[in-house]
Amino acid sequence: MSLTDKKYAKRIEAAFAKYPDKRSAVMPLLYLAQEEYGWVSPEGIHEVAELCGLDPTQVRSIAGFYTMYSEKPKGQYWLHVCTDLACALRGADQFYAELLEDLGIQDGETTADGLFTVEHVMCLGACDRAPMLQCNFHFHENLDRDKMRALIDKWRAEAKQHMKTSGGSERAGD
Amino acid sequence: MQQQYILLRGREIPDIWKLDVYLKHGGYEALKKALTMKPSEVIDVVKASNLRGRGGAGFPTGVKWSFIPQNEPIKYVVVNADESETGTFKDREIMETNPHQMLEGALIAAWAIQAKAVYIYARGEYWDLTHALDERIKEAAEAGFIGDNILGSGWSCSVYTHLGAGAYICGEESALLESLEGKLGQPRVRPPFPAQKGGGLYGEPTVVNNVETLTNVPWIILNGAEAYQKIGTPQSAGTKIFCVSGHVVKPGNYELPLGVTFRELIFDHAGGIPGGRQIKGILPSGGSGPIVPATDAVLDTPLTYEDMQKINTILGSASIIVIDETVDMTWVAARVTKFFKHESCGKCTPCREGTYWLDKVLDRIMAGEGKPSDVELINNIARNMAGMTLCALGDFAANPIIHTIKNFPEDFYKHVRAEEAKPAAKPAGRGKAREAAPVAGD
Repeated sequence: MSLTDKKYAKRIEAAFAKYPDKRSAVMPLLYLAQEEYGWVSPEGIHEVAELCGLDPTQVRSIAGFYTMYSEKPKGQYWLHVCTDLACALRGADQFYAELLEDLGIQDGETTADGLFTVEHVMCLGACDRAPMLQCNFHFHENLDRDKMRALIDKWRAEAKQHMKTSGGSERAGD
Repeated sequence: MQQQYILLRGREIPDIWKLDVYLKHGGYEALKKALTMKPSEVIDVVKASNLRGRGGAGFPTGVKWSFIPQNEPIKYVVVNADESETGTFKDREIMETNPHQMLEGALIAAWAIQAKAVYIYARGEYWDLTHALDERIKEAAEAGFIGDNILGSGWSCSVYTHLGAGAYICGEESALLESLEGKLGQPRVRPPFPAQKGGGLYGEPTVVNNVETLTNVPWIILNGAEAYQKIGTPQSAGTKIFCVSGHVVKPGNYELPLGVTFRELIFDHAGGIPGGRQIKGILPSGGSGPIVPATDAVLDTPLTYEDMQKINTILGSASIIVIDETVDMTWVAARVTKFFKHESCGKCTPCREGTYWLDKVLDRIMAGEGKPSDVELINNIARNMAGMTLCALGDFAANPIIHTIKNFPEDFYKHVRAEEAKPAAKPAGRGKAREAAPVAGD
């Protein structure tokens, strides 16, 4: 599987159709590469470079510049917790510490079962609904430890179900 | 003052995000009216309304549009939806609850400068809402408001969304354009400015406007510049969405006429401070604007561009972070400094190195290792950043700690005094530092 797979053809075409310059499609295509490989892997970088007519080094520098492209393999559920000032004033630091404690990992690590990667991030634009987190780019707001545990349980069950039905070949949670 | 909904109309008409509901409530009538006017007349109305940029800089919108050279064949409108200032969440609510009004405003801007396309650059974290926005664009195109020969005018314009990927700096307009072109999101050397040939998107003259700014435009076209100017103050016309967060009972967006005071906003609208605690400080513009102490004089200051200057801060994007008496302001400065350190794009040395050093110094101070000489050290770093960079991030980054030392000296010096009391401290160092201390008040 790769970005040359026909399931991506329409979306690649749509990305190029937006801009007068192929280079502009590098960001949407990096998101596609991340969807395909789970991170912006070297294969993904090379394919995006090929598609946009860029050097892989240029694409890698762009991938490295932005926080939403992961430069290393990550868990099926990529959790971003905002601990910026506005969230911190409403208990985000404690919330984040509890999340790490419940998952038994440190900031930036992935759980041993490969399910969860957790990072703290800068402001996500949800300051009035703190504490909050983003899971695979979807917002979950007004959280506390109980709600967070319920979410983790839900995602664990979802992943288990997904393993059963797909034989583990595809990624859950996207 | 009562909330008045020019922008957050979803509060009164819950389904206004749907095209049919928007149309029922006068949707796209302003575009129809604008298309009967000459582009230059549209610019004149927006100029006369005194609408100012809501992204933070407050530059007059109509004047910005008038900079676009008319004789260039290709021009663009770029909507800045990269809302990333810490404490800001207003454009999000507009795009989630009243997206067509933003699209309509962008289309009127595009007509005014005769643009061939509109690009909406949304921060990557607004993933769900941007995908929803793509659907709204499709609906508006099917209804004939976007695309070829719009409403029979002979003018064609496309609208596209572009998702960022997590970089505060891309809210700076020239960095945004670089990012949209598929390059690193780093500010450009100006001139040429975006409105000029060679300075905009793909080198073409470009207007870059914030979401909230453009969402005002349909109302202004329908109701006229004079009606808009009646709201707010002569220099700060219209309503503004105030994002209130931090230590308030009811955090959220409040749309009020410019000129409302901090006191009304925080106590009457946002419910005051939880637990009967006292208010201590206010960050009026997220991390960027100087922090102010919540004195009576400050609380009674009208929130306008001009009055914020009088209390030595800025209105900016009006992301108001409220801080109560339990908080150590040096901790606040340290937290905001981490934000700027993370978000410095790395292009200009003074900002890249300065934010790194400020963060290191503040980490050390917060770890109980503060020294009296740190005041001079911090001032020195700040002096070497201010005005030395291509964009304002370098100017803003030292604000949190500089203004904490100035406005909350006791919160800063307690970290220093703690160090002085340590037996290991050398007398010579203490003496020197006392001389340096007054510099903090600069």
